[in-house]
Amino acid sequence: MATDLHYSDALIAGILRRVRTIAMVGASPNWKRPSNFAMKYLQEKGFRVIPVNPRAAAAGALILGEKACASLEDVPGPVEMVDVFRASEAALEITREAIRLRAEKGFEVVWMQLGVRNDEAAAEAEAAGLTVIMNRCPKIEYGRLWGELGWGGFDSGVISSRWPRPAKGDGRAG
Amino acid sequence: MSEDETQTPASGPGPDWGFETRMIHAGAGPDPTSGARQTPIHQTSAYAFHDADHAASLFNLQTFGFIYSRLGNPTVATLEERIASLEGGRGATCAASGHAAQVLAFFPLIEAGERFAASTRLYGGSVTQFSRTFPKFDWHCDFVDTEDLAAVEAVLAQGAKALFVESLANPGGVVTDLEALAGLTRAAGALLIVDNTLATPWLCRPFEWGADLIVHSATKFLSGNGTVIGGAVVDSGRFDWSASGRFPGLSEPEPAYHGLKFSETFGDLAFTVHSHAVGLRDLGASMAPMNAFLTLLGTETLALRMERHCRNSLAVAEWLTEHPKVEWVSHAGLPTSPYRELAQKYLPNGAGAVFTFGVRGGYEAGVKVVERCELFSHLANIGDARSLIIHPASTTHRQLTDEQRAAAGAGPEVVRLSIGLETVDDLVRDLDRALAAA
Repeated sequence: MATDLHYSDALIAGILRRVRTIAMVGASPNWKRPSNFAMKYLQEKGFRVIPVNPRAAAAGALILGEKACASLEDVPGPVEMVDVFRASEAALEITREAIRLRAEKGFEVVWMQLGVRNDEAAAEAEAAGLTVIMNRCPKIEYGRLWGELGWGGFDSGVISSRWPRPAKGDGRAG
Repeated sequence: MSEDETQTPASGPGPDWGFETRMIHAGAGPDPTSGARQTPIHQTSAYAFHDADHAASLFNLQTFGFIYSRLGNPTVATLEERIASLEGGRGATCAASGHAAQVLAFFPLIEAGERFAASTRLYGGSVTQFSRTFPKFDWHCDFVDTEDLAAVEAVLAQGAKALFVESLANPGGVVTDLEALAGLTRAAGALLIVDNTLATPWLCRPFEWGADLIVHSATKFLSGNGTVIGGAVVDSGRFDWSASGRFPGLSEPEPAYHGLKFSETFGDLAFTVHSHAVGLRDLGASMAPMNAFLTLLGTETLALRMERHCRNSLAVAEWLTEHPKVEWVSHAGLPTSPYRELAQKYLPNGAGAVFTFGVRGGYEAGVKVVERCELFSHLANIGDARSLIIHPASTTHRQLTDEQRAAAGAGPEVVRLSIGLETVDDLVRDLDRALAAA
């Protein structure tokens, strides 16, 4: 899964530090699905994650304690980040919706999941002033930058001899 | 590739830290709790859970963390990240030994009744493991001369799901054409697995030539002092298990983890997550934290040691070529070596420290040289700070048939050396004395 997309650690860490609430488009109520894994992890790290899933919304379902929304339109703001957990083809329509609702909801970032990439959507979002990340998982990136990915034997690429003071209040380090 | 690039390879996903920086720092920042700057030895069997939900998340593989040291341990994980970084891989799984790492490498790939291929030029213990013990798991190995590309193509066409080779082959002097073999495995939808023990990532980085997995015996140069038994399997993260469909262990639902598909859920992390969560869980050949710590100390000086190992080794090899009692010397750094070109391509920093030579007088003379050494240690290991000597035909390659021994470069007259870090003149004097008596 090599990629020619390069994002600096500073950019990714900045997004994950700044963002408080994420609208996860394609979040599944099935606890065995990858989207549910990612949502649960991000909740544990102190993010509020609002699932966007029309079928779950129609059934009035809660996903990991959060009411499912039918569309980005229905997401209660402010939400800083839209996480696209859908196929690459679906990302254009979702991104256009995010651009349209940008001011109303407070969207700053469109993040497409690992394996999801849509260059046309990215170009439109960036032209509209949104920050775009593609083909990355916020769970893996959070784990990589804050020292947990290495617990699994993975190369985080992070080298630092600093010993940071633990952050107070939100339970997130760094 | 320019010379500059071989000296300072790019790091994985992060900034381009140099190789020597990563030898010392990769995976190991100050301990978050104590500030301890050297990696603590986490001598613990198990790890506390915050609460029942945290425990469930860990058992479901929904979050990162530790449960039980058979599956993972912070000291071992630091070494895993370090080795993954040095090889330019995505992740690594450490194991109790190099042989355990080989079982872990094949475990997700080969189902009962399936086949893989391996080079005839391998450490004798690997030949025995693949040909005698693996068949008990109904895994079958076809040995092939990897210098005959048509033969490799044929064995891959017959369904071999992986090809296993050594980058710099034990007992010595043979360099494998990794790029050519990677082209064949890629075309066949098979994996190229490279044992990079003798070369270490300082001399050769197989992922840069198209390998999919790398295995190590950490017992050798990585730890470097003859202190530990350990191994590792490193994943490049580049093989697309879902698209391939030939590796159901990684792409199909895993019943013991509520039907999750590793490749779908973990993407390019799939192999390494599987190696811990299924491989080490069920095979149990985990590395001890103390061994991980000693290997971490070794990696901190890897490049420095390998430079000296290579320099001493070439000097001894050059001296041996002139000796009247020596029939031939097999060292890829010598101008006369048939592997010189391949060595310059794959091992630009040096041709390693393990090589063989033939003594005039055959089996008896070989045994005598080994027994008469004073400084060289007569033992079955390589990659120590101490210089080591052995007669493979009567020891490491003893279990093989005459044909297998000949193919492996371990005939009756062959003596194997692993050159250490001592004063090179002392090594030469010791060999001179031993050869005089042979």
